[in-house]
Amino acid sequence: MSGAALSFANRRKFSNYAWVGLSASLSVGIAAILLLIVLYVVISGIGAVNWAFLTQVPHPVGVPGGGVGNGILGSTIIIGIATLFALPVGLLTGIYLTLFAPRPLADVLRFAADVLASVPSIAIGLFAYEVLVAPFHHFSALSASFAFSVLMMPLIIRTTESAIRLVPIDMREAAVALGATELQTLFRCILVAARPGIMTGLILAVARVTGETAPLLFTAFGSQFWVVNPNQPMAELSLQIFTYAISPYKIWHDQAWGGALLLILAVLALSLTARLLFRGKTTASL
Amino acid sequence: MSESAGQHLVKSYEQQLSRLHDKVVEMGGAVENQLVEAAAAVLEKDSEAAMRAVEADPGVDAIEREIEQMVIRLIALRQPLAVDLRQIVGALKISTDLERIGDYAANVAKRSIVLNQYNLPYSLAGLANMLMRVQDNLKLTIDAVGDNDAEKAVEVWRSDEMVDDIYNAIFRELITYMMEDPRNITPCTHLLFIAKNLERIGDHATNIAETLHYAVRGEIILGNRPKGDTSAYAVVRHKDGTTGTDQE
Amino acid sequence: MSIAPSIRMKIMTETGATTAAPVGVSVRSLNFFYGPNQALRNVSVDFRAKEATALIGPSGCGKSTLLRVLNRMYDLYPGQRAEGQVWIDGRDILAAGVDATGLRRHVGMVFQKPTPFPKSIYENVAFGIRLHEKLPRATLDERVQWALTRAALWDEVKDRLSASALGLSGGQQQRLCIARSIAVRPEVILLDEPTSALDPISTLKIEELIDELKEDFTIVIVTHNMQQAARCADRVAFFYLGELVEFATAEDLFTRPREKRTQEYVTGRFS
Repeated sequence: MSGAALSFANRRKFSNYAWVGLSASLSVGIAAILLLIVLYVVISGIGAVNWAFLTQVPHPVGVPGGGVGNGILGSTIIIGIATLFALPVGLLTGIYLTLFAPRPLADVLRFAADVLASVPSIAIGLFAYEVLVAPFHHFSALSASFAFSVLMMPLIIRTTESAIRLVPIDMREAAVALGATELQTLFRCILVAARPGIMTGLILAVARVTGETAPLLFTAFGSQFWVVNPNQPMAELSLQIFTYAISPYKIWHDQAWGGALLLILAVLALSLTARLLFRGKTTASL
Repeated sequence: MSESAGQHLVKSYEQQLSRLHDKVVEMGGAVENQLVEAAAAVLEKDSEAAMRAVEADPGVDAIEREIEQMVIRLIALRQPLAVDLRQIVGALKISTDLERIGDYAANVAKRSIVLNQYNLPYSLAGLANMLMRVQDNLKLTIDAVGDNDAEKAVEVWRSDEMVDDIYNAIFRELITYMMEDPRNITPCTHLLFIAKNLERIGDHATNIAETLHYAVRGEIILGNRPKGDTSAYAVVRHKDGTTGTDQE
Repeated sequence: MSIAPSIRMKIMTETGATTAAPVGVSVRSLNFFYGPNQALRNVSVDFRAKEATALIGPSGCGKSTLLRVLNRMYDLYPGQRAEGQVWIDGRDILAAGVDATGLRRHVGMVFQKPTPFPKSIYENVAFGIRLHEKLPRATLDERVQWALTRAALWDEVKDRLSASALGLSGGQQQRLCIARSIAVRPEVILLDEPTSALDPISTLKIEELIDELKEDFTIVIVTHNMQQAARCADRVAFFYLGELVEFATAEDLFTRPREKRTQEYVTGRFS
């Protein structure tokens, strides 16, 4: 009897160890894959990265040197404009959805944001093409920014919502108890407390679109030159990587790896910033 | 307000309170018994009863200390409120009064041993009457404590006046004996102290009644109880007209 | 916010000793509903000025609800409604047309959990002042110092006013919240279980503070801790199932309650 109980306890212990061991080794595996990718990109790309690579426009095939400077600038402009679109719309929608929208409407909005977040980016690119490229008969950075802002919005909406929900109701009541109006409570208390969370969401949204290529194919289109006019086709880093990578030239392949390295570093930096901010947020909410 | 409140949510608290109550009643019983022995010692010249009354005293004192410890512990650990607070503080005060009563009873018993060496030419009827009344009062008081009965407490409180009247009568009587024959002075002085002790016992019983009433009802007994001991003002005159006592 | 000076004058005179009103808050026939559920039943009670009144009773008895009626905090939540009258300073604050935001500046509130804003210590105290008044920096500094001193926190924080309020200990945070409340110079301060999240020493500091604040404010404190009510309240109101069962001085209520339900509650007995 007690022997049976003992062996039962042993079995429970054993299966416990087995599961922990399995999930631990899988986790290590995932981390290893990530590490391998990063290592591979670093090894392949580090040789291509130098000052000229960062500051020059691409050279024609056969001419050595050249860089992705215009792509970096283009990415900055396109994502910058996309952020200018997406942030106010996403923020206000998130605030309305969380604090003011009546229940059924809030549910509808939340669902819409979730659906939008899962629409393939190429479809959004296509949509931007139909709305902002085809009618004007030319590609433009603006249309790319539009596509990106549509990609960013649901992320900003949902992170704004959760950041505001993280603000304790007590804190809101404390502001109200001091005689703050609804608007004063929102701007001087709730948004102040939610700011780190909202910033985190924004940075994650930026990181998300930084790696996007598909919508750019028929919006920004790409360019060989320094372009700053957002109404023109514009170079973009990930688009440039794509173009180089599918080319048949070894020198372009090397530059594609260099670009990929830059991209990974940028996304990594953004994620780290977001993590740091979010850590600040969690201590703030205590 | 109900005098029989419900049970505490915390059982151990309830148990400690009832143990305290039982202790006070036990002490009351011991003191009552001491007085019974002392009465036998005085009225029946029973020196053995006197010894028993005297020897009971350390036991009574021990119970008092025990009650004090229980009360301190309850106040420190339970932070009692309302009826509990009144009962606990009441127990402390009642135990102090009981301890005094025990002391007086023992003192009465001790004096009876001295008295037994004398052949008293006069009757102790007054003292016997007083002893009976005081014993009755004490018994009633202890019963009231046992039952947490505020009505009985009022009864005790009122009947103490009669004890005081008897005491005043005895006081005058004994002074008269002493004036008649100086040989009476020693036994009469002892008798006087015995009567005084009995009167004090009555007063302490009254105190207990007052404490009990407050503990149960949360109110002090209304009205002024007339202080019946007027011996402080008693004057007994010699046949020749000079004052026998100078208590003016 | 531009009406600040006149209002400030008014409050200065109201908190002056000479014009002390005997009754700070007067509740009359108050009924309160959370949707279909009635939480307060015909409650009438007077909270005296410059006294601390404690509201005690089991959870759900309506004591916190009453507190939240006094500054109309329930306005925030649709479906909650109050009937009856609450007179503060000659005005029925439940009457139609009363501006709840303006009211709350006269009736401050401190919550169960310390609720510092994620700002500096200084900004926390200045928060409420800035909502209502535009003060020159020097005046604002003075007011912040006054509030922090009054809340017995000044000495502990004077060297780090620009540090985050979140770095303070729980007890300090709660005193900061009290400073924040008194900084707008209310007449009434409501405290909703202000020490239930604090350690015993911090609790005693808050209680000492309440004792001092009584000199200037009408204080209403909800507490689950009967010893606390006994320690820092002049009068105590016992609520049960939405009704005011007994209202008496702390001494009477804790030594000789008149009502059986009060007796059973304060001694911890089954009914």
